[in-house]
Amino acid sequence: MQNDIVLSMRNISKSFPGVRALQNVDFTLRKGEIHALMGENGAGKSTLIKVLTGVYPKDSGQVFLNIDNCLKEINVKSPYEAQNLGISTVYQEITLCPNLTVAENMFIGRGNYQIVNWSTMKKRAAEILEKLNIPARATQQLDTCSIAVQQMVAIARAVDMDCKVLILDEPTSSLDEQEVEKLFSLMRDLKSRGVGIIFITHFLEQVYEICDRITVLRNGELVGEYEIKDLPRVQLISKMMGKDLEDVSALHKHKPMGEEANEPPVYEAAGLSSIECSNAFDFQIKRGEVNGFTGLLGSGRSESVRAIFAADRITGGKIRMNGKDVKIKKPMDAMRHGIGYLPEDRKRDGIVEDLSVRENIILALQVMKGFFRPFSRAEAEAFADEYIKLLGIKTASMDTPIGSLSGGNQQKAILARWLLTNPQYLILDEPTRGIDVGTKVEIQKLVLKLAEEGVSITFISSEIEEMLRTCSRLIVMRDRKIVGELKGEEMTQDNIMHTIAGEAV
Amino acid sequence: MKKGKDLLTEKLGKKPREPISNTNLLMTITICTFIGMYMIAMFVWGGGFLNPQQFLDLFNNNAFLIIIACGLTMIMISGGIDISGGGVTALVTMACVVYLEDHGGTVAGSILLALGIGLFFGLLHGILVAYLEIQPFIVTLAGMFFARGMVTIVSIAPRTASHEAFLSLKQMRITIPGLGYYGKTGIFIPAQIELGVVIALIVVIAVAIILKWTRFGRNLYAVGGNSHSALTLGINVKRTKFYAYLFAGILSGIGGYVYLLHTGAGDAANATQAEMQAIASNIIGGTLLTGGVGNVIGTLFGTLSLKTITNIVIASGLTKPYYQSITTGLMLCFFILLQSVILAVREKGAIELLPEWLRPGKKGKEQS
Amino acid sequence: MGSLFKKLTRSQLAIPLFALFLLVVFNLIRDPEFFSIAIATNNDGNTVLSGNLISILNGASAVAILSIGMTLITSSCKGQDISVAAMAAIAGSVFVSVLRSNEITIPVILLAFFFGCVVSVLFSLFNGVLVAVFKIQPMIATLILFSAGRSIAYWINGGATPTVSSPLLTSIGGFIPGIPIPTPIIIMVVFLILITLVLRFTNLGLYTQVVGISERTAHMNGISPVRIKLIAFIISGVCVATAGCITVCRIGLINHETLLLDAEMDVILSVAIGGNALSGGRFNIYGSVIGAYIIQALTVTLYAMKVPSAAVKAYKAIVIIVIVVFSSPVVKDFVFRTYKKLFKKQPEKEVQAKAA
Repeated sequence: MQNDIVLSMRNISKSFPGVRALQNVDFTLRKGEIHALMGENGAGKSTLIKVLTGVYPKDSGQVFLNIDNCLKEINVKSPYEAQNLGISTVYQEITLCPNLTVAENMFIGRGNYQIVNWSTMKKRAAEILEKLNIPARATQQLDTCSIAVQQMVAIARAVDMDCKVLILDEPTSSLDEQEVEKLFSLMRDLKSRGVGIIFITHFLEQVYEICDRITVLRNGELVGEYEIKDLPRVQLISKMMGKDLEDVSALHKHKPMGEEANEPPVYEAAGLSSIECSNAFDFQIKRGEVNGFTGLLGSGRSESVRAIFAADRITGGKIRMNGKDVKIKKPMDAMRHGIGYLPEDRKRDGIVEDLSVRENIILALQVMKGFFRPFSRAEAEAFADEYIKLLGIKTASMDTPIGSLSGGNQQKAILARWLLTNPQYLILDEPTRGIDVGTKVEIQKLVLKLAEEGVSITFISSEIEEMLRTCSRLIVMRDRKIVGELKGEEMTQDNIMHTIAGEAV
Repeated sequence: MKKGKDLLTEKLGKKPREPISNTNLLMTITICTFIGMYMIAMFVWGGGFLNPQQFLDLFNNNAFLIIIACGLTMIMISGGIDISGGGVTALVTMACVVYLEDHGGTVAGSILLALGIGLFFGLLHGILVAYLEIQPFIVTLAGMFFARGMVTIVSIAPRTASHEAFLSLKQMRITIPGLGYYGKTGIFIPAQIELGVVIALIVVIAVAIILKWTRFGRNLYAVGGNSHSALTLGINVKRTKFYAYLFAGILSGIGGYVYLLHTGAGDAANATQAEMQAIASNIIGGTLLTGGVGNVIGTLFGTLSLKTITNIVIASGLTKPYYQSITTGLMLCFFILLQSVILAVREKGAIELLPEWLRPGKKGKEQS
Repeated sequence: MGSLFKKLTRSQLAIPLFALFLLVVFNLIRDPEFFSIAIATNNDGNTVLSGNLISILNGASAVAILSIGMTLITSSCKGQDISVAAMAAIAGSVFVSVLRSNEITIPVILLAFFFGCVVSVLFSLFNGVLVAVFKIQPMIATLILFSAGRSIAYWINGGATPTVSSPLLTSIGGFIPGIPIPTPIIIMVVFLILITLVLRFTNLGLYTQVVGISERTAHMNGISPVRIKLIAFIISGVCVATAGCITVCRIGLINHETLLLDAEMDVILSVAIGGNALSGGRFNIYGSVIGAYIIQALTVTLYAMKVPSAAVKAYKAIVIIVIVVFSSPVVKDFVFRTYKKLFKKQPEKEVQAKAA
């Protein structure tokens, strides 16, 4: 029925220099439904949303919004207009101002006032925070709140603006399970009030938990729109990838190989601590072993592996590698000893945005080679070429700035960087986060292959299934401490949960 | 849901203290430093410092700098920079003098001219920086070059104003009751301030109100804090930046007129280095170049501190001209290091070194 | 040929080269003899080249050398060093001090230059430490020496503006007997060659850009951002000393007030006109050098047009604005879109023709 539809986008196309981001895409959102927008990286989800909210002007197509129970065509030219029309967005990166207070962040840029009424603002903000159970004070400066709380403040703002359409772009990436539940109850609340919610996410479980319908995009084109109840997971994945799922199920059959029992561990740490990881811990890994660190968000997994790589300042610990004492005080030391680290925050710690794909790939090896020995152009091109082929990195050429590649391909390039250094111990921190399903599978296969060749690997992922598939040993963390270790048969989802919770396995 | 500590303080009837914000902290340090410096000066060197007129002369001589620095504060808060203040001031002085002298202008006309020139530069900078997205340093540098160049095109030689109505305005003084000093002849001379000072103080108050209570002012902070966020929050970033430069331009025009009221002459050498002094005033006053933090009251005291240091140097007997700049440099160095250390400590959390009220709130996971 | 054109227009050097080209064309139209090089005999009886072209290349030497250091600082520290001219005054003062207390021979000159270098590198490191270790914005940190630098130079000179004269110095600031090209140009070229060699045979370029684009990534890959930034300041210190000494040799005295006055602005402009982002990251040294020549060419052109020196600034400003407007991403995007619109019409016409 016409009235049911709150938003309709027809035939949307949008191109950038060299890239066709969207081609004749249709999208329909009903009142009171939670609609997932899914697709691999580069599928066009972000672009569609940015066109809807006026960040980019569209090349062609029409957008209709339900105004006064009737679909009217709108032409959104800026996020401000979008906001006023009732289309609100909460982005993955915190899009609030850290130097303003929580209350100000909730109200700035809205409404028609010219004079600021501080007491009213504070009161209203406090009311909303209370109602939505957000642990923050109205007068608190935003950058003193945790990322999760900042995210919730962003959502509170959108909620308060009586939006017709709420777009949530990867809102759960930085939230733990409790916080995700809070978010979902918020979403259900809005749903019952008739708000249409567009939910963009990579987390399949969450999609099946909360969404009513799914729209799948691939390579800038519409694949289809489906009811959740009519689309089993396997079909969804195959639609997103455009291929069949032998790969994923095939992985279940491969089990990581056993370790060499008699050799000293490739890496061994006793009492390792850093300024970010203050609880000293012991850790060891043998040749060809794949181990994982698991735990809730914020449990300290990244901090621990960063300490292994000396990415943060080391405050204590003895390290031995292959039986010999070594000093690892900074990343260069770790690199010299054959350790590689794929960082969690690809954007901040991984890519060098304006440099080319080639320069990004050779970077680590180049630094290891030394200040006075730059690679020749031919050598660099040979390396880059090899790994672009090996990992299937999609790029116009190796000289393209890496910033213009999709997230998944950027990740592949950074992985290539570390593989090129021929590490004996490779640490992968969330290598599959924010990546399309196809690439996820490729990376997991690569991990197993490397282990077979004798490389030791530490694999961290928020998707427990991935770790169960690839690791032979799991270290469980809670609240920045190691609370348990699971091997072989013990590794099941249940056991992990129990260990995290602190109960007996 | 409530934290244990909050419950406790509620029981005791105390309000939980909100940690002081960066802006206010830096401003407080500046004000304390100025007061401290002046009191020490009064104590150690006595003489001139005990003379209220000398204190008021800080305002009289530097009213234009205060005004320009306020404009710069707005721009720096929004994350930009403007180094054209001095140039525009010089152009305004010369243009107004020539207008009054050679074209039989009125005082009202000269005021409009000053505002017009300021507006022109504000428009130019605003459009180039906000809408064409060109780096503000280059744009305002070009603006400064253009203004300085135009001064000599308007008149190669320095000109003095002799326009009657203007001169009466220039000589207008407001007496402060109760303050004064005993001149050489033993007669009590009451302390006075010039018209320019009143204008400067009005500007400071106006800008302070704008920054704290108007939507535009808060938008400046948002844009400076994170311009990308500001955009998605629905703030028209380009328009906000545009108005910031426009406003600063108008303030430069006003500052130029105040400069003319003080010196009565147009000269290509007027207000040299003024833009750098304005930046220094802002730094001392706690405005961060990176944006999002700043306060005009701090800037006001920053200017006063900057100028007091020069007086102290002279009073202490170091009369060679180079001592003044060197001490200014040292003072800047001190404040820059102080700011950087305090901000770093607040971020990284050597928090135990700071008293409770200085600490920012607890980062990291919230405990429910 | 088409792909070379494409490569050139995409390159960072496109706009500066085009601007230079326009300037040259403008001058040739206005005065076909403008760039003519004459052979003359100068005061010391040497045969030298003279003419506007020589004057441009010569006059820009100091700024060009300074812009090399400034480019590295801008790239790695994401900001500018506004104290370079003041530090050049300090270096010049040290240079003169050493010269005045000794008989001027070549070893003495070298020694004086060496001391000048040491002093300016030390001051530059002061800036460097504030920026790299204390993480202060470059423009703010260098504001200190900007304010105090010239006064320090004055103090070194004992509150005077001493002169130095010697045929050796004149030959450094002017012409070496027997070589018709002014020495500063030769020094500039040598500098440029040296820095090119350094960039070619070390990873300085790569590391500097990585640090400028993403410090954390640099750290995660074994690069020490602090070290790279300090290296940039050290190189700048050497550039500063060179520029200061050349200028002293050219004018025969050190006046702390006027030596390279406002030159820091020209240097920053050179870097910007050269297509380098003032916010750091990718850089191209040649762009900055071209920028320096553009600015000097502009000044000489204006003098040739009889514009009074005080007004030169105004015209400079206009040209800068024009150049920068055309380099602006907004304008570039607009041009690109209109270009595409003109181009796009063609295929549609063809389709219609086929259908018909």
